[in-house]
Amino acid sequence: MAETSHGTGGLTFDAKKRSWPNEANVFIALILILLAFEALGMTFRDQSFLFDFNEARDGTILNMARIKIIILQVSIVGIIALGATQVIISGGIDLSAGSVVGLTAMVTMSFAQTGMVNGNPNPKSLFGPEWMDLPVILPVLLGLIVGIGAGMINGLLIAFTRIPPFIATLGMMVAARGAAQWWSRGQPVSFPTESFAAIGDGMMPVVWFAGLAILFHLILKYTVYGKHTYAIGSNEDAARMSGIKVARHKTLVYAIAGALAGFSAIVLASKNLTAQTGMGLMYELDAIAMAVIGGVSLSGGRGSIIGTCIGALIFGVIISGFTFLRLDAYYQEMVKGVIIVGAVVLDQWRQQRASLKG
Amino acid sequence: MSDIILETQDLTKHYGGVHALTGANFTLRAGEHVAIMGDNGAGKSTFVRQLTGVEVPTRGKLIFDGKERHFENPMDARDAGIETVFQTLALADDLNVPDNLFLGREIFKIRLGPFSILDYKAMREATIAGLEKTAVKIPNINNTIRNMSGGQRQCVAIARTATFHSKLTIMDEPTAALGVQETAQVENIIRTLKEAGEPLILISHNMRQVMDLCDRIVVFRRGRMVANLAKGDTDGQDVVAYITGAKTQPEYNFEVS
Repeated sequence: MAETSHGTGGLTFDAKKRSWPNEANVFIALILILLAFEALGMTFRDQSFLFDFNEARDGTILNMARIKIIILQVSIVGIIALGATQVIISGGIDLSAGSVVGLTAMVTMSFAQTGMVNGNPNPKSLFGPEWMDLPVILPVLLGLIVGIGAGMINGLLIAFTRIPPFIATLGMMVAARGAAQWWSRGQPVSFPTESFAAIGDGMMPVVWFAGLAILFHLILKYTVYGKHTYAIGSNEDAARMSGIKVARHKTLVYAIAGALAGFSAIVLASKNLTAQTGMGLMYELDAIAMAVIGGVSLSGGRGSIIGTCIGALIFGVIISGFTFLRLDAYYQEMVKGVIIVGAVVLDQWRQQRASLKG
Repeated sequence: MSDIILETQDLTKHYGGVHALTGANFTLRAGEHVAIMGDNGAGKSTFVRQLTGVEVPTRGKLIFDGKERHFENPMDARDAGIETVFQTLALADDLNVPDNLFLGREIFKIRLGPFSILDYKAMREATIAGLEKTAVKIPNINNTIRNMSGGQRQCVAIARTATFHSKLTIMDEPTAALGVQETAQVENIIRTLKEAGEPLILISHNMRQVMDLCDRIVVFRRGRMVANLAKGDTDGQDVVAYITGAKTQPEYNFEVS
């Protein structure tokens, strides 16, 4: 410190000083929760949560089956959480993602149906035989278009009518769910082609989630899109004075969130081999919770994709942990609620301490 | 070759019936530091808003850097080389120093429309060069603005000028919200700009500061320029007389005519 202190007005210059990343705190929380389940498991069930001491296993000491399930069950909502992360960083919120998943799943599945099921004509056929067995690219593109369209309407409403994001996306949440029900008059749409079913088969949702997480991490960190998203969430007036086209940028942010919700619907429909009007219910809240647990600030400007991914893992660990402890799903929801509130309280407490020090 | 950097002729701004600024004829020479003083509502902020493109004048000419200019927005003025340190700091709290300096005019490694890839290294180096030029010391340029004091924030805002080699710096009450030590720091930076021959327009209420830092004082009153005083020919009391309306220089004596 001494040799670098050559500032005016008593200020010193220390270029090597690095701050403790917020993601590290979230990661520690994940480890603590894992340890807690490990201890509880050993105490009450005489069984390890994460490890497998049975020698006949596939070489690794970790319980890979459990780890796979943990990641798999958060992957689809995790894709939505990537979109939610950038929306929240820009200072907004997107409540419509779950309903957009419902609508997109219906639309995409309607064009992904196969003609023959076990030698019989498809019993759930929506549009008749000429709309069957289409190339897989068509339902995927249509699904993405529906997602992007819904997101763009959100973005345009927020950017140009200046209504709060909460209201605009609440409207979309109700409207998109209605549209999902209208699409097939409430009937489920099922039996996709083999190539469509491959999109969400097995561990594929994890592959999509991981790939998109890396992509969006790079976008938020290294592109001007990411920089401006942080700037708008941090100080919208400063962003505008610096020449950033705020309205256009916000529209893009919501459109990308819509695209991710749409893609998550495609994976979900493919994995379940069916689309129902109630699909994706409350997904938006789970996605927001993953982001918030991962340290994304609801007041905008702060957070990261890495944080959200750890937040998603915490989510998955809690669900698996409760199942492992044979506790009712009711407790899961209650504890999830406590953790969401706790994450925000911790974040605020940390901020206050940081600003007092500064 | 004229050494006049900025000239306004009959610069006027009316908001409906309110004559916020009338007939301002102002010149600024290369390397000159000019203070603008006046009571609240005297027209000094209105004057600056015309120069920085925040507002479009009702009539009059604005000649900057040898060319007549018509700024439609702050970006136009900034692109022409006028950098403004606003009273309300236009900084994003959650971004670090280079990100703030380059906000809206980033350096790119690869251009891909909205997904253009940022050249962090180039921006960091330019920032350090700019900070060195102004002798601004920031504990850590990788820190977010949120973790900085008011003085440090003001310094970051001022450092923008040096980083972008702007031709004119305008500061609107840069020390109004700062403590004694921080004010001294900002004043030091202004002296550094003077030594480097960078022209400056300083709006300030602080008489000591103006007398310390500026070559010339222009006084506004009720929407008009009323005095143009070289520092050597005046003193604090004299300036106050012009501000309050006890005196008006004959060439600006519009009230009689």
